[in-house]
Amino acid sequence: MHIPDGYLSPSTCAVMYAASAPFWFVAVKKVKETLTARMVPLLSILSAFSFVIMMFNIPVPGGTTAHAVGGTLMAIVLGPWAAVMGISIVLLVQSVFFGDGGILALGANCFNMAIVLPFVGYYVYRLISGSAPSGSKRQWIGAALGSYVGINAAALCTGVELGIQPLLFHTANGTPLYCPYGLSQAIPAMLLAHLTMAGVAEAVVTDAVLAFVRKSAPLPVKNSFKKEVTA
Amino acid sequence: MFFYRKDFVARTLAELTEALQRAVFTHRYARLPGLLQRVDPRVKLVTLMVFLIGAAMAHRIETLMGLYAFSLFLAIISRVPLGFFLKRVWFFIPIFAGIIAVPAIFNVITPGRPVFTVFRFPDPISLLGLVHIPAEITVTEQGLKGAAIFVIRVADSVSLAVLLVITTEWMRLLSALSAFRFPRMGILMLAMTYRYIFLFLRVAEEMFLARRSRTVGHTPAREKRRWIAGGTAFLLNRSYNLGNEVYLAMLSRGWNGRARVLEELHAGWLDALWAAFSLLILVAIVFSEKGIG
Repeated sequence: MHIPDGYLSPSTCAVMYAASAPFWFVAVKKVKETLTARMVPLLSILSAFSFVIMMFNIPVPGGTTAHAVGGTLMAIVLGPWAAVMGISIVLLVQSVFFGDGGILALGANCFNMAIVLPFVGYYVYRLISGSAPSGSKRQWIGAALGSYVGINAAALCTGVELGIQPLLFHTANGTPLYCPYGLSQAIPAMLLAHLTMAGVAEAVVTDAVLAFVRKSAPLPVKNSFKKEVTA
Repeated sequence: MFFYRKDFVARTLAELTEALQRAVFTHRYARLPGLLQRVDPRVKLVTLMVFLIGAAMAHRIETLMGLYAFSLFLAIISRVPLGFFLKRVWFFIPIFAGIIAVPAIFNVITPGRPVFTVFRFPDPISLLGLVHIPAEITVTEQGLKGAAIFVIRVADSVSLAVLLVITTEWMRLLSALSAFRFPRMGILMLAMTYRYIFLFLRVAEEMFLARRSRTVGHTPAREKRRWIAGGTAFLLNRSYNLGNEVYLAMLSRGWNGRARVLEELHAGWLDALWAAFSLLILVAIVFSEKGIG
């Protein structure tokens, strides 16, 4: 889902930076207000954790494997605004240092994976789990569905961003200048992969890690998965 | 998100090792006495970003090819081995862009002036009224040109980004970001994240290696998922404990909640020369786009 540079026009990149900027601004403000000084190293280390688990190949039904992002997991554990910051940092390190995702396309990648994914995932989880007791079936289903819907919402956004390129940016004779695939090709291509594989991987990782969090409660989690705050 | 049929442990191990190796090699070239290594990271960041935007805005194949040649020239005068540079740039992203650009050369995706016909159906095909395939499948001029622009642009962008990274030490890059008023807290978090990524890469590598050395025969998918979930949870637990330990270590060294950048950057005559040269290249890009020269 990481869009490299060259796939999106500079104006699309600028629009996506502008769309992400208010979220980054609020995230920094909220994190400063709500997180203690102790959380600065913790959030950094959890970002590193997120980076590494993105490299894990999760076996999914069908005999194949897929990568997870862990965005909904981070949103459930630390809150969606902390997830915005944490995943944005991961995406910045990935694009600048590891070449995964473009530098100009960073705004778009952050919008999809660090904003849409954790927010959609978190609110779907909240909607389904409601006030259900800790560890109830509704919570597990909420977390799994939130992860699944969140990553697919992010994939849909990626598909739309890629798909509008040939419609908006082409030469007078119709030569596409950036991603050559229109909406009718880009959206199904992105969604097919995520509806069948990556969504499942995301749900598996979220539920499995939350099961661990519930058992040992090592984190100051923001919801009823927590047994006690140990920080 | 990509999917593989290979063993998940072997695949993950390969990816983790590759990430570690990439980091080691990157550090090696950042300290060489080449041109880009000597340029002030602030000046380098701005100029390479301008080239990156130039590559994104260029519409002519000639301009994009010129920029690619320029990036190769920069690699050579920065003493980056060409073989390493080409491998680092072309491996995966531009090759992948090339593969995904192939269907776009046909009239099904990019209509236009036919260059040659690949296949003829007796009649046009319509699938459920959603997908329309013309009777004649042709490679179009617009499709070929669009694919070429797309792949070269991606290669240009990756080349410029790689040049920035392999010729700049991470801490100097962070100092440059700090000079551009990037929030100090963000820089501190970036520096810490970067540092702990390597620790976790190593831990994860050992974890997967241990798993591989203990595995004989077929493991059911459910069991694989349980193992990877346990591993992820183990890393999460370790992250949390480490976060606490690092915080206490920071407190003991006088951390007061304010981030500081220690390195003072100084621009000199070489930076001024490099900036002037970059401006010339930018003018050349603009003229090339207008079809002059």
